[in-house]
Amino acid sequence: MLIDWFTVGAQALNFLILVWLLKRYLYKPILDALDARERRIAAELADADAKKSEAQEERDLFLHKNEQFDEQRAALMNEAMEEVKAERRRLLDEARTAADALSAKRQEALRAEADNLNDAIRRKTQQEVFAIARKTLKDLAAVSLEERMTEMFVQQVRTMKGGTKETLAQTLEAASEPVLVRSAYGLSGEQRATIEQALTETFSADIPLRFETAPSLVSGIELITNGQKIAWSIADYLTAMEKVVASLHQDKDLVDTATGPPTTPKAGSKADKPKPETQRQ
Amino acid sequence: MRLSPDDMIFWQYGFIKFNATIAFTWGLMFVLAVGSRLITRKLSTGLHRSRWQNLLEIIVTGIEKQIEDVGLRHPRKYIGFLGTLFLFLALASLFTILPGYEPPTGSLSTTAALALCVLVVVPFSGIKEQGPGSYLKSYLEPTAIMLPFNIISELSRTLALAVRLFGNMMSGTMILAILLTVTPFIFPVVMSALGLLTGMVQAYIFSILATVYIAAATRGRTARSVSTPEPRT
Repeated sequence: MLIDWFTVGAQALNFLILVWLLKRYLYKPILDALDARERRIAAELADADAKKSEAQEERDLFLHKNEQFDEQRAALMNEAMEEVKAERRRLLDEARTAADALSAKRQEALRAEADNLNDAIRRKTQQEVFAIARKTLKDLAAVSLEERMTEMFVQQVRTMKGGTKETLAQTLEAASEPVLVRSAYGLSGEQRATIEQALTETFSADIPLRFETAPSLVSGIELITNGQKIAWSIADYLTAMEKVVASLHQDKDLVDTATGPPTTPKAGSKADKPKPETQRQ
Repeated sequence: MRLSPDDMIFWQYGFIKFNATIAFTWGLMFVLAVGSRLITRKLSTGLHRSRWQNLLEIIVTGIEKQIEDVGLRHPRKYIGFLGTLFLFLALASLFTILPGYEPPTGSLSTTAALALCVLVVVPFSGIKEQGPGSYLKSYLEPTAIMLPFNIISELSRTLALAVRLFGNMMSGTMILAILLTVTPFIFPVVMSALGLLTGMVQAYIFSILATVYIAAATRGRTARSVSTPEPRT
């Protein structure tokens, strides 16, 4: 008999026991260990992923901060550049203003110097002219310059005509104070009488006079009342001459500023010859 | 000449007897249980582990993968039965290289016992997975006329399981014994190696067939008709 039923039962039982034994000592511990390892690896991978994402976040944050820093730096740099430009512009403006002020000052000084020079020239010229005229008049007519001047003034008064004469007559009549007669030199009694006579005859009125000496007139006589003036003075001639001299100076300045050689102006060629005048102040 | 180790009786008391089949089975059980216990006593869950643990992990995961490949959805539920079946049969064949050893699978009693275990486990699993009504109904498919044929099929395949394994193991042992008497040198070694290969193949076939039967029982008729090929060896 190939099959022994007791052995069959025993072997079946043996097999079931073996199944139980191996389940307990083989499959369960091994599978549990595998699961534990898988869980551990999964946890480590998850941890690594978390760390990776964290690192990525930190990297992004770092990059973001870097960009912000760059932007801020660029903004600050631009601001600084703008400030530097503004400061440069301001300093240049200041320098330009200072240079302009200096230039103006220098021009003013030059002008003042020129004025002084003109003044000196004018005075000197007046004095020279005065001396020359006096000498000439003396030599030619044997009449003192002052007398001739008085004659000229009287002649001017007598030859007054038209509106000027009427206006002056009205002013003289309305005058409450004596009419002021200023001269560069002290008038003699004869000369004063001549002037009074001329005025009286001209305006047909008795006009009270007050005589004053004014050296600034250089050489001349003037009558002043209530803003009206009759005058004859070498100063007028001198003023004309001063204009000529001033124009000579201006021409000289222009020549100085140019590079070319100085040119000699035609002095006095176009000088106006002043006439004794009656003017309103 | 002995055809089966059942005939080598060490002790007998009436119906109860202690023969070589039981003795060698106990030996195998001892080796398997104690070996597993010794190795799994100090298991490591870390990345560094012992060579023996690696071996056991390879074996266990290999068995689990095979069961899953055959079509069982939850291989861990069946690995106790199917894995033990394979390990027991494989170790029984492997030990044939030891002189004086006779495989308990060379006894028809052992193979019949294993086949009976499969015969019980298959409907048990089917009823557990599908419910008794659904499982029993599968015997009436495609028509009720097929019921006796289905039952005969179930029994015959169990018988085939038992006889196939017994025939292969017994023949290997017998050939070896006969060859030893004819050519005592060299040639029996070759045949022994061949027998070892045959034994491993038979262990694989037996456990795979048991897996297929269980898978077919748990997956219903559609899967059953597709995935229950009857091997011919």
